[in-house]
This record gives sequence, C-alpha cells and structure tokens, in this order.
Amino acid sequence: MAEPQASEDSPAIGSTALTKRFGRQLVVDAIDLDVPRGAVYGFIGPNGSGKTTTIRMLLGLVRPDGGECSLLGRSMPSAATDVLPRVGALVEGPAFHPYLSGTANLLRVDAADRRSDPDTASARVAAALDRVGLTVAATKKYRAYSLGMRQRLGIAAALLQPRDLLVLDEPTNGLDPQGTREVRHLIAELAADGTTVFVSSHLLAEVEQLCSHLGVMRAGKLVAQGPMGELRALTATRFRMRTRDPQPALAVLANLGVADAVLLDGGVGGSLGEVAPEWIVQAMVRAGITVAEFVQVTPTLEDLFVQLTGEGFDVSG
Amino acid sequence: MSAADVVTPRRSRPVRAWFRLLGSELGLVFGRRRNRVGVGVLFGLVVLVGIALKVSAVRHPRSSAGDLMSAVAGNGIFLGFAGLSVEIALFLPLAVSVLAGDAIAGEANQGTLRYLLIAPVARGRLLVMKAVSLVIGGLVGAAVVALSGLVTGAVLFGVRPLTTLSGTQMGIGDGLLRLLLAVAYLGAGLGALSMIGLFISTLTEQPIAATVATAMVSTLLWILDAVPQLDWLHPWLLVDRWMSFIDLLRDPVFTDRILTGLWVDAAYAAVFLLLAWLRFRNKDVTS
Repeated sequence: MAEPQASEDSPAIGSTALTKRFGRQLVVDAIDLDVPRGAVYGFIGPNGSGKTTTIRMLLGLVRPDGGECSLLGRSMPSAATDVLPRVGALVEGPAFHPYLSGTANLLRVDAADRRSDPDTASARVAAALDRVGLTVAATKKYRAYSLGMRQRLGIAAALLQPRDLLVLDEPTNGLDPQGTREVRHLIAELAADGTTVFVSSHLLAEVEQLCSHLGVMRAGKLVAQGPMGELRALTATRFRMRTRDPQPALAVLANLGVADAVLLDGGVGGSLGEVAPEWIVQAMVRAGITVAEFVQVTPTLEDLFVQLTGEGFDVSG
Repeated sequence: MSAADVVTPRRSRPVRAWFRLLGSELGLVFGRRRNRVGVGVLFGLVVLVGIALKVSAVRHPRSSAGDLMSAVAGNGIFLGFAGLSVEIALFLPLAVSVLAGDAIAGEANQGTLRYLLIAPVARGRLLVMKAVSLVIGGLVGAAVVALSGLVTGAVLFGVRPLTTLSGTQMGIGDGLLRLLLAVAYLGAGLGALSMIGLFISTLTEQPIAATVATAMVSTLLWILDAVPQLDWLHPWLLVDRWMSFIDLLRDPVFTDRILTGLWVDAAYAAVFLLLAWLRFRNKDVTS
C-alpha cells in the first residue's frame, strides 16, 4: 500500500508504452493514452485495431506485455480492487446468466463487489434498471431479452454505483435509433455530472456528437489523440466548384496554389488550405470561367478518420 | 455526492460480504434447473436400487447374508450406505465434474467472468469462493444420496436397530450418526476431486470440456485402482480409500484407512487448488 493517493490532476486514464501481444501478433503497440478528468473520450478505430484489448488491459482483465496503465491515478492491475468500484464498464457487449432475471443478474454483479452495501442493493438495482428503461423487464429472464435490452442491462450494471469513470465499449451496439438517442442523452447527462466517459465506438457520427476528446487506433497504434477541435483542424476544408470549363479552372487553381486540385464530374475540387473561397471565385471570374456553383465542404469525422488511418472500416489484420 | 463518498470501503462487514457472494453462488448453482434435475437423478437412482433389492428379497428371501446389499433387506438404514457405495464411483463424481466445469470455464464461456472481475472481485477471492461452493456441492450430493437411501429404505424395509458388520448391535441414532459421518467422509473426497475439476476449469473456456476431463480423471483413478498389478500405486490414488467409508459400520470403527484417506484428500485438494491459483492469477480473460 505504498502507492501514493491519487491526486485529482492525474488523468482519468493514462498509459505509457502499453503493449500486448497474442502469440506473435502485436495487438497493442506501445500506446500512450491520456484521458483527462471530465472528458468524454471517443476511442475509435477499425475492427481489429486493438481497442477492446486495450480496454481489457485498462480494466485488469488482460496483463500487458509491456508498459503501464493507470485508472484514476492508480496503477492497474495492482490497484484493481481499490479503483474498480469507482469505474463502471461495458466490455465487448453484455454478458449475463441467461436463466436469471435482469434484477437477479444485477444483484449477482453487486454481490461480487465486497464494498457495495447489501442494504441498498435492491434500491440501487431498481434505480439502475430504471435509468436504462428496463423496469418493465426487470423480472424477465435474460434469455428472453432482445439484443437492445441486453445492451441496456449491461449499461445498467455499469451504473450500479455512482462512478467517477465509465468505460463503455460500443455502448449503442444493437440499439434502435430511439435507444441510441437515449444512451447518448445518458452519457451526456453523466458527463455533465462530472463523470469521465471513455467510449469506444465505430459509429463516427455518434462520437462526433458526444465526445470532447478523441483517440484514434490503427493496427495497434494510437495514431492521434487530443481534444476534438485540435484533431478536426488537421483536416483541411474542401471545396467543390461546378463549371463548364474544368480544364482552364484547374490551371487557375494551380496558380492560386491549390496543390491537390482535381477534376470532378462537372467541375473541379480541392482543399482550401490558406486560400480563401472568395479569392478562388474572383480569380475564376477574372479568367473568364463560368462559376455555376461553389460549395465549401466541411470535413466530417470520417474524412479525418480516413486521413489518419488510411482506410475505411475494414478489418485490419 | 461524489462517487468516493458512497463506495468508501466498509471493512466492518467483510464477513457479511463474503457470505453474500457465496450465497449468490449457491443460489446460482442450486437454482439452475439442470442441477436440480441432477439432484433428482442422484436421489432416484437410490430409489431404483431399493426397489430392485425389495423385488429380489421377495423372490429370494434367504440370499447370502453378510454384505451390504443383503443387509438392506433386513434394515432400511443400510440402504443409505448401499446408495453411497453405488453412486460414489460414477454418479457423484460426475455431478461434481458438472459443477466444476461451470465454476470458471462456464463463467468464462458466458462472458460473465469478466463482469465479475471488474465488479470487482479479487481473483483469489473468486477462486476460493468457487472452491467452497464446489465442496458444498459435493457434500450436498452425498447427503442427497444418503437421504434418499434412508427414506427409501425406511419405506421399503423399515428401520430398526442395526447389526454392525462386526456382528454387534447398534442403536438407530448411532446408525444415523455413522451415515452422517459417511456423508462427510465422501464429501471430503468429492471436494478433493472438485479441486482437480476447478483447476481444469481454469484451463479452458468450454465448460463441457472441463466436465468431461474431470469425469475422465475420476474414472481413470478408479480403473487404475482396480488393476492389481498397480498395487504399488494404489495408496497414492485419490479414490483408493473412498470405499473405506464402510469401515464406519464396524464396531469399533476402523479408522486407519479413513484417516489416511482424509490426508490424501487434503493433499490432492491443496495441490490442485494451488495449481488453479497459479493458473488463474495472471490468466488473460479474453472471453
């Protein structure tokens, strides 16, 4: 117990050179996570990029082969039993006993934590079920739950105690649009209360709406990390211009210094960079080129993602 | 109210927390329909044996006396012992193997293991809790068999003061006490077997595989114990002294083999619980 008490300015999640290999495959390659307290941190990456293995290491389920990690300022996995009561987690989908009811399953999880108060267990279970809208299905057997209900029960288990940190692996997996919206509200609500939320997802739109910070994994490496605004600035705003004279237009763009100007169907396009859109239009008009339409395209998170990982959401070996 | 206030350690209640977890586990084990059916099977087999003995006793009222089975016809209490001797070689070990397969491998297979561990429960604590629950499971199995023998025997043959295997007389109360001791002795043996099962259960994520492997180990031990050429090995086999529970029916009780048997049980249990811990302590939970 020589470990110093965690100071409040230590990150909610931190790691240095965290590494894991399964056999000869390097699954997580020396990543340095830094999740500030109070952040809603989106952890994204293609399937197989090492997100879940990272989460398992953070929670002490899998032992790192190298590096260190900490939760709420306490080293993992050595401080697991001290720090995990303050951490709620959903890891790789929900998992419960099929022949127990939702309530009975949550009571079992609660019984496993020796610090939880047995006197308040029923009330806490009922409150958690209510929070995810499962009250009506509380006595139903887990086996009879739909995929969305199972997911909700998994989130309820993470909310059995007031938490300082929530680690949610694909929290909206299997939920209908209504459920997805509810979970998004729930996360925003928890974050507003000061809970740090670490959410892995492959739904970029979801991450875009929810998160204040972003970490991007690619083939076991953390290729980018930081506040959402800073990362988004990495992606240049693009434009699209409709014209009947695309070839001369390209020449004008080249003169203006638009390096990546390309020929599009019915026009030209490129990224704005330092060039202001009004300069382009002005230059076009001066060169006698018709401008039928000029559209500035704000980059989506997906553009950023593709730029960072160089791929779509394919499984990376 | 911050999270830290609410989950402040309540060290004053470790005992209560411990029993809460064990209670949850036992509720899970005995609440499961498959396990209840198993208990019914253990019970029913002894009833079948009782009926078979009743039928043969009617046909051959004076069969060869002296052994346990024929003693049943004269006194229902003996069916408790006879039931144990019938089920200890296969059915009780099988029941324990099923529970042991569920213990870790079953939780891993369902994915519930990861949620227990992040609840959190310390790995050592979880393993000890599973071990205790398995020992209780074995004891309950043996008790069910003895109880079934007692009830069936009382109904079919009546209960009266019994004649020990040494020929002396013993009161009903004394007889019941010895049956209880037999249950405890075999419970210890089954408990040791379940530690082998617990170890195997930490090796796989397939409960069936763990169950089959444990049952195979048990059966192999019985087979080895039955090969006369291997008599040098017999004292080291877990099951070698299990049938010695019959010595409880002698007057005075032969305690030599029973006490040695308990030591062997303890040694097996300690070794395999340690192996289970070494394996489980740092195991990557990837299910």
